[in-house]
Amino acid sequence: MLRFRSVYSGVGLTAALLVGATSCGGDGASTTVSTSSGGPVVTEELAAIEASATTAAPTGLVTLITHDSFWVSEGTLAAFTEATGIEVVLQMAGDTGQMVSSAILTVGDPLGDVMFGIDNTFLQRALDADLFEAYESSALSGVPDELQLDASHRVTPVDFGDVCVNYWIDRFGDDLAAPTSLDDLADPAYADLLVVQNPETSSPGLAFLLATIAEYGDGWEDYWAALRDNGVVVTAGWEDAYYGEFVSGGGDRPIVVSYASSPPAEVIYADPPVDTPPTGVVTGTCFRQIEFAGILAGTDHRAAAELLVDFLLSPTFQEDIPLNMFVFPVLATAELPPTFVDFVELADDPHVLDPADIEAHRNDWSERWTEIVLR
Amino acid sequence: MVPAAFLGVFFLYPVGSILVRGLGADGLNRLVELPGRSSFRSVAWFTLWQAVASTVLTVVVALPGAHLLARRRFRGRSLLRAAATVPFVLPTVVVGGAFLALFERLGLADGPLRLTRTAGAILAAHVFFNVAVVLRTVGTFWEGLDPRAVEQARVLGASPVQAFRWVTWPRLWPAVAAASSIVFLFCFTSFGVVLVLGGPTRATLETEVWRHAVFRGDLASATALAVVQLAAVVAMVVVTNRLQRRRAVAQRVVRRMPPPRASRRLLAGNLALLGVVLGLPIGVLVERSLTRGPAGGRGGGQWGDRWGGWTLDHYGALADRVNLLPVSALGALRNSLVFAVVAAGLAVVVGGLASVVVVHGRRAVARAFDLGMMLPLGASAVTVGFGMLIALDEPPLDFRSSRWLVPVAHALIGVPFVMRIVVPTLRGIDVRLREAAATLGATPARVRREIDLPIAARALSVGAGFSFAVSLGEFGATSFLPRHPDQLTAPLALFRLLSQPGHALRGQAMALAVVLMLATALSVLVIEGWGRRGTVRGDL
Repeated sequence: MLRFRSVYSGVGLTAALLVGATSCGGDGASTTVSTSSGGPVVTEELAAIEASATTAAPTGLVTLITHDSFWVSEGTLAAFTEATGIEVVLQMAGDTGQMVSSAILTVGDPLGDVMFGIDNTFLQRALDADLFEAYESSALSGVPDELQLDASHRVTPVDFGDVCVNYWIDRFGDDLAAPTSLDDLADPAYADLLVVQNPETSSPGLAFLLATIAEYGDGWEDYWAALRDNGVVVTAGWEDAYYGEFVSGGGDRPIVVSYASSPPAEVIYADPPVDTPPTGVVTGTCFRQIEFAGILAGTDHRAAAELLVDFLLSPTFQEDIPLNMFVFPVLATAELPPTFVDFVELADDPHVLDPADIEAHRNDWSERWTEIVLR
Repeated sequence: MVPAAFLGVFFLYPVGSILVRGLGADGLNRLVELPGRSSFRSVAWFTLWQAVASTVLTVVVALPGAHLLARRRFRGRSLLRAAATVPFVLPTVVVGGAFLALFERLGLADGPLRLTRTAGAILAAHVFFNVAVVLRTVGTFWEGLDPRAVEQARVLGASPVQAFRWVTWPRLWPAVAAASSIVFLFCFTSFGVVLVLGGPTRATLETEVWRHAVFRGDLASATALAVVQLAAVVAMVVVTNRLQRRRAVAQRVVRRMPPPRASRRLLAGNLALLGVVLGLPIGVLVERSLTRGPAGGRGGGQWGDRWGGWTLDHYGALADRVNLLPVSALGALRNSLVFAVVAAGLAVVVGGLASVVVVHGRRAVARAFDLGMMLPLGASAVTVGFGMLIALDEPPLDFRSSRWLVPVAHALIGVPFVMRIVVPTLRGIDVRLREAAATLGATPARVRREIDLPIAARALSVGAGFSFAVSLGEFGATSFLPRHPDQLTAPLALFRLLSQPGHALRGQAMALAVVLMLATALSVLVIEGWGRRGTVRGDL
């Protein structure tokens, strides 16, 4: 927990401010700051939702559309049903790209009431298509400002995670220190060590390209030309990179584009068990991905949808996120499981880009990238 | 009626809807511009040549095996037959990984014989996936051919090669054409293999449709490409259908002598070939499912220091749900099996009826069926998946959130298999046999029941086995359809397991792949066991 706090300062500062803010706010969330065990908090938070449920009095079903990576512990959604009497029907709709594309095709006649899992790289496309109805959840007061990308609240941030360069610790030492920056990767000392994903076919691949654009501005093209000359290998997807080319899967490249949460996964899902992760994260290379939920335009269950969005920001749901989806809850006060935070290094100052910028340029960028790196 | 309605509602209408929508959204202009783009021309050319090359290679590799299965008797014949179907159900990401590891170990990852990230790797994987199609469809038909014609030719002094060239090949041809058309369509619309094994510079029409529709959100360009793809598929099917119709040689129900025992050399040669093509990649998967990660999480790189020891833990873990999955891996497998049963049942009914129409229906209707039923095999998963979403949204066709849409989508792909195996068999039934029955007073229905059905039963069962396997392994279209989490299928579970680092997850994914293979082999054995109770005998 301590180690986590020390690297968590990016949002940690806001978290500290929020402690003050929410305790003045006087809603159920304020107690979460002082309570460390989950039990009483859960009931209190749900009581708040329950209270608003009785005023709006929605009943029946609410359908939550998610990507395939969505999962929560058994009983988490049942807690919502218990508090509100509304049952949540989950529908999984492929990866994020598939989910957003099919939602855009069915805009106005949505497959569900709430969508969860759209990230900042796809956000603007969905906003341009008028996919969502605005809703400002009161629970947003517990969420750091820099995670709230849409001022008109058509979407609500739920979790975030970083795409970062990972390295295999044992392959670095006295002869060659582990890389610490994007610059290092283009250094001939690190020739033929890096594997990345194609930004045209892979979400982390796109995030890494965006990180380089955020870092170098117009100079990103030169940077990638340097990476190419330095022997970068490009794969179509994350699986091929991590399990095919990276040391962890039996390949011989010790540097890979993956997630900030990959080291804890290397421990939690290790076989045989290990005490510390075999991989580390280069925090200077991270691009922040924020995942949002939004109420789908045309829903017949607006009131229930609002309650569900509130619930996604409740400690019950937020604290369940890390070990199921390997990303961070946006609620600054959410308790994080030790197995997760012990091995996570979160960048103080991750790379970010405006979603509108991303949408306006991504096709040009990825086309230029293809010309520079692959041709 | 039933097949036409099935195809119309679940394929033509959805695909038509999405194409109309896309073309309306500027897709028509994109379509006109396409031929002028060099990037499009190179993608189209690569799509075509890799599909042709893959098909030819697959036929060459599989024909000796088909002969062995059809004409020789040996221990473990049914087992080999079922085992050959296994690659079909393996998700491409798993097979891709296995091939890459294999290239590494065989020294083909670098140097002059490099296969990693080449078109050669794509061809190798296509052969792996599709050998079964030729082996089984051609083998089944071959078995039904009267062996006496070849025996007579041999008695008259023809060499084995001559006998094959002048007696067997002309009769076998329709089945080879049928199998090739399926293999071609599979390779023409190949997706995962191209992405994983071809390297980042290689693209097919299928991967380009996906990239534009899903990643770029450019429906217009995606539609233009999908139209080109579909047009090519229609043209291809028209041509091969014509080839298949050219001549089918009469087939009689003969009470055959048991085929001769396979010579040791023939058997060894065949098994060695299939062992390399099918066995090695599967072997890598099995090995991975039985080993731990590098000891203590350290080491890596060289095979030697990665050794973590043998274990059965990954199999034990299949019964427990991991955090990433809504159900346990075994639960996902159970879902897949249920879907596969439904899909295979649908495919047999629809495909069987359609086959009868193709063989005995009016000419125009027959040709339309022969063409239409093949199309789902050549349409991209994106087109079908998105089409279903926008078309099947209103009563009476409000199916888009139905749990049964998944097996229906699978059955669409299974139907062509059933037809490609049943049609040549039905065509081959000796007209005189049917005429004799009719002369003896049998009604048309009775002829169908007493003559056509028993002869076709074997072919139907092979088709059912394939549909079953196709459904078990299908990933593309499934991933586009909205699903309840507890309906997770085995291939989707596999992808989830491989989406996070950690050797426990990876080992479990490999164990799931192996169990999926075993379930497939067993199911195919059982399904075809039923079919064999028909009159066509001759094996043990």
